[in-house]
Amino acid sequence: MFEYEKNSLTEEIENLVKHYGSDRPALLQILQAVQRKHKYISDFAQQEIARLLNIHPVEVYSIISFYSFLCSEPKGRNIVRLCRTISCDMAGKDKVESAVKRELGITFGETTNDGRITLEFTNCLGMCDQGPAMLVNDKVYTHLNPETAVNILNEVK
Amino acid sequence: MKSNVETKKRSGPVVFSEYQRSEGIKKALQLGRENILFELKISGLKGRGGAGFPTATKWMLTAAANANKKFIVCNADEGEPGTFKDRVLLLEYPELVFDGIVIAGFTIGAASGIIYLRGEYEYMLQPLEDYLAEMRKDNLLGKNILGKENFNFDISIRLGSGAYVCGEETALIESLEGFRGEPRNRPPYPVDTGYLGYPTVVNNVETLASVSHIVLKGGEWFKKHGTSKSTGSKLFSVSGDCEKPGVYELPWGIKIKELLEIVEAKNTKAVQVGGASGTCIAKSQFDRILGYEDAATGGSIIIFNENRDMLKVLKNFMEFFIEESCGQCTPCRIGNIKLMEGIIKIENGDFTFSYINNLKELGKTMQVASKCGLGQSSPNSFISILENFSEEILHTNGKGKENVKA
Repeated sequence: MFEYEKNSLTEEIENLVKHYGSDRPALLQILQAVQRKHKYISDFAQQEIARLLNIHPVEVYSIISFYSFLCSEPKGRNIVRLCRTISCDMAGKDKVESAVKRELGITFGETTNDGRITLEFTNCLGMCDQGPAMLVNDKVYTHLNPETAVNILNEVK
Repeated sequence: MKSNVETKKRSGPVVFSEYQRSEGIKKALQLGRENILFELKISGLKGRGGAGFPTATKWMLTAAANANKKFIVCNADEGEPGTFKDRVLLLEYPELVFDGIVIAGFTIGAASGIIYLRGEYEYMLQPLEDYLAEMRKDNLLGKNILGKENFNFDISIRLGSGAYVCGEETALIESLEGFRGEPRNRPPYPVDTGYLGYPTVVNNVETLASVSHIVLKGGEWFKKHGTSKSTGSKLFSVSGDCEKPGVYELPWGIKIKELLEIVEAKNTKAVQVGGASGTCIAKSQFDRILGYEDAATGGSIIIFNENRDMLKVLKNFMEFFIEESCGQCTPCRIGNIKLMEGIIKIENGDFTFSYINNLKELGKTMQVASKCGLGQSSPNSFISILENFSEEILHTNGKGKENVKA
């Protein structure tokens, strides 16, 4: 990471601390904000958050490792989460899964070479009556079939 | 391609009955705290998340607690597989939920309400924030609400980050406080030591929506629906093998087979009541009723037809629990993995009956030895599916449904 990137990240985190406060309840909100923007929370960001909240960096890491929507390693620009829970599974999740894998040439848990998409599974999205369902970042798509799922992913920049 | 969530016009006896925004709040301010608690007590309303704790008792304990701050938390961390009623309430009936939170705040003496919205529902955040802004504009939130002196109350929304266990109330509070969502030992209960150590009511979205109706229409009216032990109605989230999946408001006490008719399910072999943590009910027991006295549920109903492989269903549930266990206590962290090893052995036709019986015993140990509801209920599906479908799963020498087309 370049020095100027570090400086801008520090400034960004300082602003988040100003907004959410420096008490412990702010930690998860700050991490969510960094995750939303950068798609991961770098070691440097973790250290800066720890410094500003006056806690140990390991405390910050332990929160990231607990919540499945937070991560400490870089991911793609768009995170696609396909629901694998039973109702979506019965509604045809497997077919959507293999179509998406074929189309992108990666498997679940991986990121495309151009950094455009990371594929993940997720547990119940609360769309069981409209499955198969997936999240693309924070947007939800339902009633998927192999073709519509691939079309949606092709539109993602 | 547009992001899509279907909505539709609904009707029902209680929750989906007529209600205009702020009616409940106005009535609550007229009634006063004592009368609200009285109506709630009469109504017999129990927690709609699944555990079924009497709402009036929870509120009374918090109202009576001596503290300079109190909180009302709305648990919108709807994560139980097969449950999506809170999605419908928050998207289509926000007035019921938010009015319920304001009424709770007024009754227990809280100045702030928090909605813990699951990370998967982040797409609802903006519409809900807009709705709250409208409420502030109309003085349904803010200072001296609707002219009631010294009733100052506001609601904030906090997001989860993809952890099923945070639906457990003490884990939810840990998460709100910025910690890992690991459940606490209870007691102390949140009504006593909750968010930031202050007395806190944690209520399910549907519970709060029911409150708005009860305050407006009375506890007696509510009690007319349902059974004596399960008063009122329930939102059932129906999915799986049926013609008409979706959210249905039905009175408690309805038989499983009646529900199956309503949703047009055919050739049904089994119904999973209560989601992955619930019980699997076989065809021979479809006369059982849905209610706290028999098959209790937070509303998740997943239907399986004759062609479904129940071992595959069970494996899906166990994968879910292994992933979602918070890892804090041993029975849950290790136990779920052991149960999964058993499932894989069955799949491979490489099991002994004594081994399976040992695993069932392990499941029963987990039910009593786990720290929170997750580990206490995760063996339910293992035990109930293996018992109800032993012929299909265990008597085919592990080949699964070899005689049935998938």
